Amino acid sequence: MSDHRGSDHRVSDHRGSDHRVSERRVFGVHAVLVAASLAMVAPFVWQIVTSLKTLSSATRVPPTFLPEGRWDNYAKVFDLLPFGDQFVNTVVMAAGRVTGQVLFCSMAAYAFARLRFPGRNLLFGVFLSILMVPPQLFVIPQYQIMSSLGWLNSLQAIIVPGLFSAFGVFLLRQFFLGLPRELEEAARLDGAGPVRIYWSIMLPLARPGLVALSVLVLLWAWNDLFWPLVVNTDPEKMTLSAGLASLQGQYQTDYPVLMAGSLIASLPVIAVFVFLQRQFIQGIAHTGSKG
Amino acid sequence: MTTTAGSRAVRAARVEKARRPRAEALWGYAFIAPTGLGLAVFYLWPVLQTAYFSFTEWGAFGGHTWTGLDNYTRLLGDPEVGRAMLNTLAYTALGLIGIPLAIVFAALLNRPGLRGVSVYRTAFFLPVVTMPVAVAMLWRWLYNGDYGLVNQVLATVGIDGPNWIADPATAMYALVVVGIWSSIGYNLIIFLAGMQAIPKELYEAASLDGAGRVRQFFSITLPMLSPTAFFVSIVSVIGSLQLFDLVFVMTGSGQSARANPAYGRLQTVVQLFYERAFVTNDRGYAAAIVIALLVLIAGLTILQFRLQRRWVHYV
Repeated sequence: MSDHRGSDHRVSDHRGSDHRVSERRVFGVHAVLVAASLAMVAPFVWQIVTSLKTLSSATRVPPTFLPEGRWDNYAKVFDLLPFGDQFVNTVVMAAGRVTGQVLFCSMAAYAFARLRFPGRNLLFGVFLSILMVPPQLFVIPQYQIMSSLGWLNSLQAIIVPGLFSAFGVFLLRQFFLGLPRELEEAARLDGAGPVRIYWSIMLPLARPGLVALSVLVLLWAWNDLFWPLVVNTDPEKMTLSAGLASLQGQYQTDYPVLMAGSLIASLPVIAVFVFLQRQFIQGIAHTGSKG
Repeated sequence: MTTTAGSRAVRAARVEKARRPRAEALWGYAFIAPTGLGLAVFYLWPVLQTAYFSFTEWGAFGGHTWTGLDNYTRLLGDPEVGRAMLNTLAYTALGLIGIPLAIVFAALLNRPGLRGVSVYRTAFFLPVVTMPVAVAMLWRWLYNGDYGLVNQVLATVGIDGPNWIADPATAMYALVVVGIWSSIGYNLIIFLAGMQAIPKELYEAASLDGAGRVRQFFSITLPMLSPTAFFVSIVSVIGSLQLFDLVFVMTGSGQSARANPAYGRLQTVVQLFYERAFVTNDRGYAAAIVIALLVLIAGLTILQFRLQRRWVHYV
C-alpha cells in the first residue's frame, strides 16, 4: 500500500490529488452505506427495545430508548399461544420439506441431467411449466385433497405438498449439468449402475447445490403463511407464522408482546442465516443465474 | 468364417447397446417417479381443477354446479375485484423503484477494495430472512399513529405524521416502503453476482481511456447488468402481483380488517382470493379470481419480454 502511494507521487502531483479525491469518495461511499444499513437494522433494534418494555412505557411520548428488562413479555407469548407446539410444528414441517426435496428433487434432477430416455425433454418442459403457475392456483384443490384424506389440522397437511418441487429439480439439474463426467464414466466402466452412480458419486459432488437448495427451502418453509393458514386452523397445529398472524386480531394493541413473539418466531432462521451466510447468498445468487 | 464371427460380435454389441438404453430409460423413469407423481397430484391436476372450478358455483354444503361464464361476468362487474386489481398493480409499479435502488447499493458495495462489505451485506439481507408476518407486525408498530417510531422521529422536526397504514392517503406508500425494505437485500445479492461476472478487462480498458467511475457505471455496468435487471424485474413483478402476507397482517382479516379505513386502498387480489375461498367459501368465484390473476401475471410477463428488446443488451 505504502509503496503504491510512493509510486503515485513519483508519477505526478496530479495523481496525488486524484488519490485524495478517491479517499474522499471512499468516505462518501461508507457514509451512504452506513446510513442505509442503519435504515435496515434500526427497525429490528426498536423491536428488541420495545419487546423489553411494559405497554405503558412503550406508549410514552416522547419515547424512551432504553430497554427495561421486561422479559415477562416473552413468557406472555407462551400464554397467549401454544407457542411450544407451534415451534415444533414449524421445525418438523421445515425438516420434512427440506429432506423430501433434497432427496426427490436430486433424483429427478440426476435423471434429467444424465440419463437418456424417451420423452425426457417433454417431461422436463412439463415440470418447468409448473414453475410459471402462480401457487394460488394449486390451493383450492390441494385443500380438498387434504380434506378428503382427513388431513386438515395435521402435520402431513403442511409437509406433504411441500415434498415436491419443480424449482428444486430445475436448480439441481443445472448444478448436475455443470459437474465433470469423468468420475461417472470411470464408475460405469467398473460396472456401477445408475443408483450407485447417483448415490456415491453425484450426490457427494453436488453437495454445494444440495446445501443451497436446503437453505432456500428452509427459509421458504419457515416463513410460509398462506398454506399453513388455510389447512391448519387449530392453534395447536398451526405453524409459527400462522399463529403469530392470528394474534394480530385479538391482541393488536399489546405491542411489547407482539414484538417479543415476532422476534422469537423469526430468530431461528436468522440464526441459521448468520451461520450459513455464504450458502444462503450462493443459493439466492443461483436463483438469479438462470436468466 | 471370420466375417460371420465378426458380424456375430457386431450383432451382440448392438443387442448390448440396445439393452443398456432400455435399462437406462427404466432407471430414468424410476428416478423421476416420486417428484413426477407428486407434482401431478398436487400441482398439475389442481391447475386443471381450478380452471374447471372457475365455471362452477359452490353450495353451502360443498357441492358445486356448472354455471358457465357466470363467475367471469360477475368478476368483470365486481367493484371489489377492480379495486383489488388496481391496488395490486399500484403496489407492483411502485415497488419497481426498489430495482434501481438495489443496483445503486450493489454498485457501491462492488467498489474494489471496499472494507466491511460483508457487514453491509448482512444488514441489507436481514429483512429478507425475517418472517414476513414478523416484518408486518414490526412495521405496524413503527407506523402506529400515536406511538410509532416514525411519527416520534417526525415530531422532533415538528411534523405531525399521519396514522400511516390506516390513512387512505398514505397506506399504499407506507406498504410499498415495507415491500422495498424487505426485498432490497435479495435483489442486491443478485445484482452483486451479476456485477462480479462482468469482465474486469472492460473496466481496465475504460480507465485507460480516461473514463471515471461514474462514466464506467453508466457505460459498462448498466448495459452489462441489463439481463440481470430484466430477470429481477420479471421476478419482482410476479412476486408483487401475489402480495399477501404483508397486507394480511397489516390490515388483518374479517371484521377487524374492515375497521381499517384504508382497507379499500390496501386489499390485494390474493387477499380477496383468500377471503372468497376460505372465509366466505365461495370457491367457484375464488377460482375465477385466481385465473384472472394468472392472466394478469402472464400478460405483464409477456409484455416485459416484448419490451426487453428496447433496453436489454445481450453480449
